Amino acid sequence: MTHSKFQEKVVEMKNITKVFGNFVANENINLTVHKGEVHALLGENGAGKSTLMNILYGLYTPTSGEIFIKGQKIDIANPNIAIKHGIGMVHQHFMLVEPFTVAENIILGMETTKGLGVLDLKKAINDVKQLSEKYGLHVDPEAKIEDITVGMQQRVEILKALYRGAEILILDEPTAVLTPQEIHELIQIIRNLTEEGKSIIIITHKLKEIKMAADYCTIIRRGKFIDTVDVSVTSEEDLASKMVGREVSFAVDKVEAKPGKKVLSIDNIVVKDNRGINAVDGLSLDIYGGEILGIAGIDGNGQSELIDGITGLRKVESGSIQLHGNDVTNKTPKEIIERKISTIPEDRQKRGLVLDFTISENMVLENYHKKPFAKNGVLSHQKIKEFAKELIEKFDVRPTNENAKARALSGGNQQKVIIAREVTNDPDLLIAAQPTRGLDVGAIEYVHKALVEQRDKGKAVLLVSLELDEVMNVSDRIAVIYEGKIVGIVDAKNADENTLGLMMAGGGETHGQS
Amino acid sequence: MDKAKNSKLLSMFSGTFGFTIISILIGLGIGAIVLLIAGFNPIEAYGIMLSGVFSKPKYIAYAIIYATPLIITGLSVAFAFRTGLFNIGAEGQYIVGALVAALTGYFFNLPPFIHVIVVFLFAATAAGLWGGIAGFLKARFGVHEVISTIMLNWIALYLNNYVVNLNGFKKPQSEASYEILNTANISLLSEWKLSDAGREWLSNFPFLADLMRAPVNFGFMIALLLALIVWFILNKTTLGYELRAVGFNKYAAEYGGIGVKKSIITSMVIAGALAGLAGAVQVLGVTNKVAVLAAMEGYGFNGIAVSLIGANTAFGNVFAGLLFGALNYGGPKIQSGLQAPSEVVDIVIGTIVFFIAIPGFIKMLLTLRSKKRGDTNGR
Amino acid sequence: MEGSLILTIGFILGTTLMYATPLIYTALGGVISENAGVVNIGLEGMMTIGAFTGAAVGYFTGNPWLAFIAAGLAGGFLALFHAIASVSFAADQVVSGIAINFLGPGLALFLSRIFFEGATMTKSISLNDKIPRPFNGIFPQNSILDLIFNQYATVYLAFFLVFIVWYSLYKTKFGLRLRAVGEHPKAADTLGVNVYKIRYWAVILSGVFAGFGGAAMSIAVVSNFRPTLISGQGFIALAAVIFGKWKPQGAMLAALLFGGAQGLTVYLGGTGIQVSSQILAMLPYVITLIVLIGFVGKAVSPAANGVAYEKGER
Repeated sequence: MTHSKFQEKVVEMKNITKVFGNFVANENINLTVHKGEVHALLGENGAGKSTLMNILYGLYTPTSGEIFIKGQKIDIANPNIAIKHGIGMVHQHFMLVEPFTVAENIILGMETTKGLGVLDLKKAINDVKQLSEKYGLHVDPEAKIEDITVGMQQRVEILKALYRGAEILILDEPTAVLTPQEIHELIQIIRNLTEEGKSIIIITHKLKEIKMAADYCTIIRRGKFIDTVDVSVTSEEDLASKMVGREVSFAVDKVEAKPGKKVLSIDNIVVKDNRGINAVDGLSLDIYGGEILGIAGIDGNGQSELIDGITGLRKVESGSIQLHGNDVTNKTPKEIIERKISTIPEDRQKRGLVLDFTISENMVLENYHKKPFAKNGVLSHQKIKEFAKELIEKFDVRPTNENAKARALSGGNQQKVIIAREVTNDPDLLIAAQPTRGLDVGAIEYVHKALVEQRDKGKAVLLVSLELDEVMNVSDRIAVIYEGKIVGIVDAKNADENTLGLMMAGGGETHGQS
Repeated sequence: MDKAKNSKLLSMFSGTFGFTIISILIGLGIGAIVLLIAGFNPIEAYGIMLSGVFSKPKYIAYAIIYATPLIITGLSVAFAFRTGLFNIGAEGQYIVGALVAALTGYFFNLPPFIHVIVVFLFAATAAGLWGGIAGFLKARFGVHEVISTIMLNWIALYLNNYVVNLNGFKKPQSEASYEILNTANISLLSEWKLSDAGREWLSNFPFLADLMRAPVNFGFMIALLLALIVWFILNKTTLGYELRAVGFNKYAAEYGGIGVKKSIITSMVIAGALAGLAGAVQVLGVTNKVAVLAAMEGYGFNGIAVSLIGANTAFGNVFAGLLFGALNYGGPKIQSGLQAPSEVVDIVIGTIVFFIAIPGFIKMLLTLRSKKRGDTNGR
Repeated sequence: MEGSLILTIGFILGTTLMYATPLIYTALGGVISENAGVVNIGLEGMMTIGAFTGAAVGYFTGNPWLAFIAAGLAGGFLALFHAIASVSFAADQVVSGIAINFLGPGLALFLSRIFFEGATMTKSISLNDKIPRPFNGIFPQNSILDLIFNQYATVYLAFFLVFIVWYSLYKTKFGLRLRAVGEHPKAADTLGVNVYKIRYWAVILSGVFAGFGGAAMSIAVVSNFRPTLISGQGFIALAAVIFGKWKPQGAMLAALLFGGAQGLTVYLGGTGIQVSSQILAMLPYVITLIVLIGFVGKAVSPAANGVAYEKGER
């Protein structure tokens, strides 16, 4: 991997390990970046890319390992030290002050003044103009951030780093929020920057963009260094297979699915995210009884908004959702639950549990007002506790004390409480959103078994997960979501990681809908 | 072993109750220091306060009478707190409740017991609607309840002054309304105790005679009953379940099918009704009328402090309210006894609330202490 | 008749300026603190301690400007505790503010009793030792110009400080950083701005301004401190901050509106039309409520207002 073009090493990260509690986020990772090079950092969600870059930018301190900047060993204890050594970072979620102008955002912390602390905004605007012309980063220095496009906001972030003299620029998922045209503009900007001798590190999992923009690519999987490859001689397929890996971690025991009647039918729905962008953008999908339909995709392609749309937590702008042929579009969460759709929510601590309630109170979150738990508006704590005891026993929740606060439980046991509650609702459709996130091996197996059991009872199960292995092992059919649409549906038996990985990253051809 | 004991100490005081007790102690301590700096003997001052509250049955009765409206406004604030709402508006809701109680107490002609019930119903409804405005503005328009209730407090104050000044309600040659009819009065045997028969009977029982010298009324009983009702609603009903779920985690509540907006309005209506009842109890039991207000009387604001010290629980409020009643009644006695400023009471209360606001500080103190011990043990 | 109408207007305008002034100072304090992201419900308490300190120092030294500055320092001292709680200990800012509202009046009355022989009312400052009136005697007595402009210097200083605060917030490095800290503390932090330090200064400054506001009441509008002197004006100033959309000039206009309502009330009170004056006094609050409803969907409050900033790894 000696490329004639790139001689001078600007960043060397050696044997970087970062441990959070007992979770190893990075394990002996090596990364070398040269002057004028675009280096992609590829990996699935949670592979440890952002952790590694946060270490380089001084936001985290590594548990062990060394960092050299331009050959000099440096202890990057905080971002100020990183900035001093020419490292700049553009975060995925922009760090911009909305009501401020572009110029004000760029100079904040390094203000130009006329003395006595009085701002010299004229000079600031000029400086920004010059800088933006030099690198072809078109911005309007006097516009307010809240009035400009996301693409321009990103250019402001890049200018912020350049204004501070950045030589090495880290871009965290820079294309996640951009339109295709803006992506092209960004790639042009990156070329301009490298021509000026800057080095760029891009965190991404979009293969096409790596092929378009990067010289080298380092692949990380589950916190481990996999390989560094020369992008010009590596195919998208090779990159995909290195990213998702071949090892199958959890084989799930299950018999052949016996699909029954159509349970849920989603027709061309549009759901907006918090910023008002169509996160689900004309998505259609059918789910049948007796099957587990898995949705595979990279984070942020509309998965959360899809679930919120089905469960009534977010407005469906257009299109329709039918359950057993009856319209359930935009019903209230309560009506959806009454119609027998249950959900294991994505964020169990935010949505799934009231952490300051006891286990028994949480067990009846949807049914507290029904008999036998309540009569004439008065709760029967006796009945609720008996019910909770029964479920604690049946679903093996620990501690077995129904009066314990949900906050006191481990993640796995919190998830068991939710599963116990949702499964006991006896739903026709069970939605499981990232049901094993953050759980240990035993708990994962348990969750998977519970999902398969529901399927075998003839229920429809919709599994949404960012873990490709999980989707492949548990599902009967796999639908791939990309930019708010289903880009392909494959039978799990015939699926292979590479094709899926390619589809998830927006690469390859769209497969025919089955 | 020392270490184990320390960590036990830490866990014992890590609960809200422990923090509250420590905050009260710090508050009294700061009060003592302030008195000391000002040249007074704090032990003597606190001694006078204690005996000023407990040495005579009458004193105890007075302290309880002082505590009664504060317990109820405290319940109001606590109730809203449990749904995640900050009811700064108890003050205004109190004023509305008191005003409506005085109006219905004076203008309605009803049989004794029924009159009282009707007055309470009207006062609670009016003040409930008053509180409900803030709930509605929050649920429908996203107006923060702290700001809207501050506005509503002032509107209530001027509304009170407007109504008190109306012809037919304002007692001539006074800055107050006519007194309520006797049928609406909730004082305990107020006429009998001044009658010859009453005096004669009481003279045989010095304890009771002294007790009855205070304007004893059913207010405290009502406060206890309301505490019981609040406890019941919050802990034993589906409504309470919903409100608490919204207060702890509105996202999970929404996911579980609970109407978050409806809960916010309901909670503010009930909180308003409670504060209104505090005003009604005060009018029917103690003042018997409403007056033109030059400034806020502070029942609502004190209720906030009561609620905070009572950890937002129904019975915690009763104790915090009694503490307040005792401080507010006993405080002025150091003025007459020692010429020491009675406002040391406000300093004590402010300090208690301040330290309740920063449990992190007390936690830090405790850990520092155990760390220090740990260090010396290690060496 | 016409002459008396003009004089009436003059009287109302003059009273408006007089009553608006304490609110302007205090609201400026609120603007500074809330733009840095710290809600300051304790303005009331800071204003009260300022009013007492001003009256007491004015009485004992006979120097009104020394009294005015002392009042600011007293407000700032009380604000320091609000800063400790809400910036360093990430306390609930509203609860901490409520504590301040017990401590401020408590301390003021306590000290008053110590220094004024047990009275909660301070002794009056002699007319000569009050804040001077720069335009006294320049206009013919009781002419319209005299009624409007023969004001205490604190009135003019308040308007000058509106300009200074506006200039500092929008034209200086400190102001840029202060507003950044209130909008997006994390962004400011990643650029090396010390969020805690700026918030401390902002809260202390807000106390200083609230202290000035109290003194503007006790050594100009009246000439002593008494328990009901401030009663609620700190909260009105807080409303002015919000009504004025967290901007110094907006807060000033809102304060003038509230002051105007008070001026009208005073005028009508003098004429004996008492009933309508109560309704009139209510109006500013009703208007504020309606304006608040109109704010819906528009993020006018500093984005991080009321949110404690806590650094932390993961």
